[in-house]
Amino acid sequence: MTLPALTPDLLIAGLLLLPLIAASTTVLTGKWDNLRDTLSIATGVITAFFAISLFRHISAGGEASLSLFTFAPGFTIDFVVEPLGALFALVAGCLWPVATLYSVGYMRGAHEKNHTRFFFYYAVAIHAAMGIALSGNLLTLFIFYEILTFSTYPLVTHKGNAESVASGRVYLGILVSSSVAFLLLGMIGVWSIAGDLTFVPGGVLADRLDPTYAPILLALFAFGIGKAALMPLHRWLPAAMVAPTPVSALLHAVAVVKAGVFTVLKVVIYIFGTDYLLSTGASVWLVWVASFTLLAASVVAIQKTNLKARLAYSTISQLAYVVLGAALATSIAVQGAALHILMHAAGKITLFFCAGAIYVAHHHSDLRDMDGLGRRMPVTFFCFALGALSIMGIPPLGGAWSKFMLMIGALDAGQTVIVFVLMISSLMNLYYLGQPVIRGFFAPSSDKEETLAEAPLTMLIPIMLTALASVLLFFYADLFLLTFEGVAP
Amino acid sequence: MLAHAPILQIIIPLLAAPLIVLLRQRDLAWIVAVAATALSFLFSARLFLQVAATGEPIIYEIGAWPAPIGIIYVIDSANALVMPLIAGIAFIVTLVGRGMIEAEVDARDHTLFFSAWMLTIAGMLGQVATNDAFNIFVFLEISSLSAYALVAMGAGRDARALPAAFNYLILGTIGATFYVIGIGLLYMLTGTLNIGDLAARLPEIGDTHTGFAALAFIALGLFLKIALFPLHFWLTPAYSFAPSAVSALMAATATKVSVYVLIRLLFGVFGLNFPGMDEVGTLLLWLGVAGAFAGTLAAIWETDLKRLFAQSSIAQLGYMAIGMGLMSSAGLAATFIHLVNHALMKGAIFLALGGLAMHVGRVTMSSIAGVGRQAPLTVAALLFGGLALIGVPLTAGFISKLYLIRAQLDQQLYVIALLTVISSVLALVYVWKIIEAAYMQDRPKDAVVIRETPAMWVGAWILVIATIYFGVQAESLVDAAFRAAETMLGDAQ
Amino acid sequence: MNMSPLLAQWNYVLVIGLMMIGFYTVIARGNLIKKMVGLNIFQTSVFMLYISMGKIKGGTAPILTGDATTVYSNPLPHVLILTAIVVGVATTAVGYALIIRIRETYGTIEEDEIISAINAQDGHQDAS
Repeated sequence: MTLPALTPDLLIAGLLLLPLIAASTTVLTGKWDNLRDTLSIATGVITAFFAISLFRHISAGGEASLSLFTFAPGFTIDFVVEPLGALFALVAGCLWPVATLYSVGYMRGAHEKNHTRFFFYYAVAIHAAMGIALSGNLLTLFIFYEILTFSTYPLVTHKGNAESVASGRVYLGILVSSSVAFLLLGMIGVWSIAGDLTFVPGGVLADRLDPTYAPILLALFAFGIGKAALMPLHRWLPAAMVAPTPVSALLHAVAVVKAGVFTVLKVVIYIFGTDYLLSTGASVWLVWVASFTLLAASVVAIQKTNLKARLAYSTISQLAYVVLGAALATSIAVQGAALHILMHAAGKITLFFCAGAIYVAHHHSDLRDMDGLGRRMPVTFFCFALGALSIMGIPPLGGAWSKFMLMIGALDAGQTVIVFVLMISSLMNLYYLGQPVIRGFFAPSSDKEETLAEAPLTMLIPIMLTALASVLLFFYADLFLLTFEGVAP
Repeated sequence: MLAHAPILQIIIPLLAAPLIVLLRQRDLAWIVAVAATALSFLFSARLFLQVAATGEPIIYEIGAWPAPIGIIYVIDSANALVMPLIAGIAFIVTLVGRGMIEAEVDARDHTLFFSAWMLTIAGMLGQVATNDAFNIFVFLEISSLSAYALVAMGAGRDARALPAAFNYLILGTIGATFYVIGIGLLYMLTGTLNIGDLAARLPEIGDTHTGFAALAFIALGLFLKIALFPLHFWLTPAYSFAPSAVSALMAATATKVSVYVLIRLLFGVFGLNFPGMDEVGTLLLWLGVAGAFAGTLAAIWETDLKRLFAQSSIAQLGYMAIGMGLMSSAGLAATFIHLVNHALMKGAIFLALGGLAMHVGRVTMSSIAGVGRQAPLTVAALLFGGLALIGVPLTAGFISKLYLIRAQLDQQLYVIALLTVISSVLALVYVWKIIEAAYMQDRPKDAVVIRETPAMWVGAWILVIATIYFGVQAESLVDAAFRAAETMLGDAQ
Repeated sequence: MNMSPLLAQWNYVLVIGLMMIGFYTVIARGNLIKKMVGLNIFQTSVFMLYISMGKIKGGTAPILTGDATTVYSNPLPHVLILTAIVVGVATTAVGYALIIRIRETYGTIEEDEIISAINAQDGHQDAS
């Protein structure tokens, strides 16, 4: 049997539609748990296949675009794939089926309710992430950005108790306020200046925007893209940890936050243009703000004993890495930032998966209860160690490459202090991520139990897959190194 | 028949009013009302399509007396856009409002209710269609007087409707009288009452105290009618204590018509270059911003949902005022876009509230706790209406915001743009309070159990679908709005 | 101060005087009937404005006599004011109807008493 030729625009359409198809099948087969979840995962696998095909096509220099319809005069909803978007789609597409498998295990193991509603919104959120990744103009991106916020709200408030409703308020409040107050304003500002919102390699603002205003416009985007969790707009991330761990894992370690930093990077490259930023110095302030977030979040992470909270602040810190790379605006910094999207996704999702596995197997969420647990859950803790090493940036884990490139990029931009910032941050990562591993394996446990008690297999397989990916990414990193049109090397 | 469409769309509801009284039968009254509004809608839609296709205004001379001797109706791109909106919403509310009216208005008063209903609709359509300044006043008063009576009909449910209606009467009459003083001064100056004629004569002889005074009186009178801050205090009590169907109709149409009249007089008669227009623009801009904040902040503290959305209307009218105050074609287009979109959004919201009111009586945060599960479609309509108010993409509210802020940034009014987005973010607070109450809370055991019927949500959903349609396929509306703006501004841009 | 233009335009002085008396009454008086009376005076001042502006020096009532040399006052304001008078009457009728109903419901037609009655009720209603 031969498969029909998958043209690039079909790939785009597929990536957008498949999650929606999954959402529909979930609702239709809601009563039959196993059928419903199998269809979800199967659709996810097909999506991953599409995402890989698209990425390979784009990496080989190909083009892909799809225009849908005219939204308003001068605005079309269209999709134009470029290397960064293909990478983000790849990340979301490949991690989605893995995360769905894990979620099935978690939701059943932790006896959560309302599975159908959960998987429905999960799929819609992936659809929104795809829309963001593949968007061809800022308006399309903004629309899907908002869809992502609203489709993840039911996931954050899934448990329905007072705590999750309150957290949902913080989540929605920060994300919607920042996007409507600042991002929308910035977007319309670009529209007013450039007459158009299409993403153009090299940016659309050169020769059109007086350099004195550029930092202000950049600030509107940096703080308007609340999903990038730049301080002081970061509070939604720890608040969202009240959600079930699969939500934290996929959405807040991968899709939602990645959508945020992806948008920042995309705006920097295709709206402002790296040359424009370098020549006007409009992003230097952002380098410092990102550095502050980087360090401050790590300091807070050290103080947290709740594992998910610690991981949340670690995420905030790691996101700042990407924003930092974007702000440095040199070609290596930008490439490092893009690579970090991939590396961090693989590493962080492993860590969150492990946190969820520990909760399902032993009902512990505080680190103080996890002493010696590594001996009872060796696979989980070993994979946790691998994910942690990637985040710390230690070879042979993938995170080493992105951190290295960010340091080189900082030197390129003449910001040697940043190299020290990154090194200090790595040391802090070493502490707050290493501590759980060390104590898990070597500390005496409080309950003196030493029997093997791992998490269910449906959770272990994804954990091992993503941990393995973190290792493989070190060796195959060059496959994912992107070259951007319009960014001078 | 079609050649007389401009006048028929007004005459039919106007004649339906006494007909309903003569028929004396409740069911027939409703049928006649539905039929009359349906015909009005068909005629006005037909006129819109005709004007959109040819780009030429349709001129209808009443009694075959030509202007400026006779009164003429001119259907151009501007009012061709507004009339089907008013007629369409009137039709939908009449169609689905029957249940609400039966629940809230005493059965013996139904024929009189529908009669006043027809009069207010006829009055609104008349204000929009006519090209004679005094004719506007006549229809304004027809519409307003019947509106005062309709608001007072809410006394069956809540006696506060009576002082609310009285207050509305006093302030409304003052506004209309100011308007008529202004028209008198214009007549004194130019000798004509025909809008086209006034526009032609004013540039040469307008630069006098009389002209300036006329502008001031007309502007002030109409500011009161559009509930511009700080002349907005009549609106909240009137909309909250009126019967639900009346609130739905008026929230969606009455103030929009007054916005149209203000645009027609300010831009179509006086024009951008008239001395004093700059001051009027500044007032509109800053009072609009003040209204946007006053309305939104007041809404945040409200627990009665009808009052809440009435306060929200003040904020939305503030946005329309800002659009007018920009004194540009882009700003005016943004006002027209928001005029249409707000009518759809608010209509949907008030119809949904009316649907809930049929069962819970007074719609408050506590009376709708947990209602999301018992009346899912009705509350979903409320949710979408709320999302549209915030300006979430894929709803019409987003389009309004897009063009309004663009028009502000084009004029480098950065502070105003920032204030506009901040007030729209604040709207999230009150919309989400309602969503949480409806979906996240449990329904108390002693609360009324609602069995959802289509009557509760059909009308609201028609308007919600329209809101989403114009949020996704905005091209036709945006083009029509820009055409309307350019028609109004004419040569002086 | 040169008073002659003011005296020459005494009709407008009258109009403004009536207008302000009426407007003041509407705003300052708490009794609903007095408000209505004020509104009527206010509207009447507008009638005076229109009619007096239509008077032409040496003009007679605008009824055609067949004599080509007669100077007529402008009939258009008269027509406009007939309409406006009708509007005024209707407004007055609706207003008084409302006052009667308010009296039946609240037992008073003084604005401040009505407001206190509403506030007292509001306290009960909001508690429910």
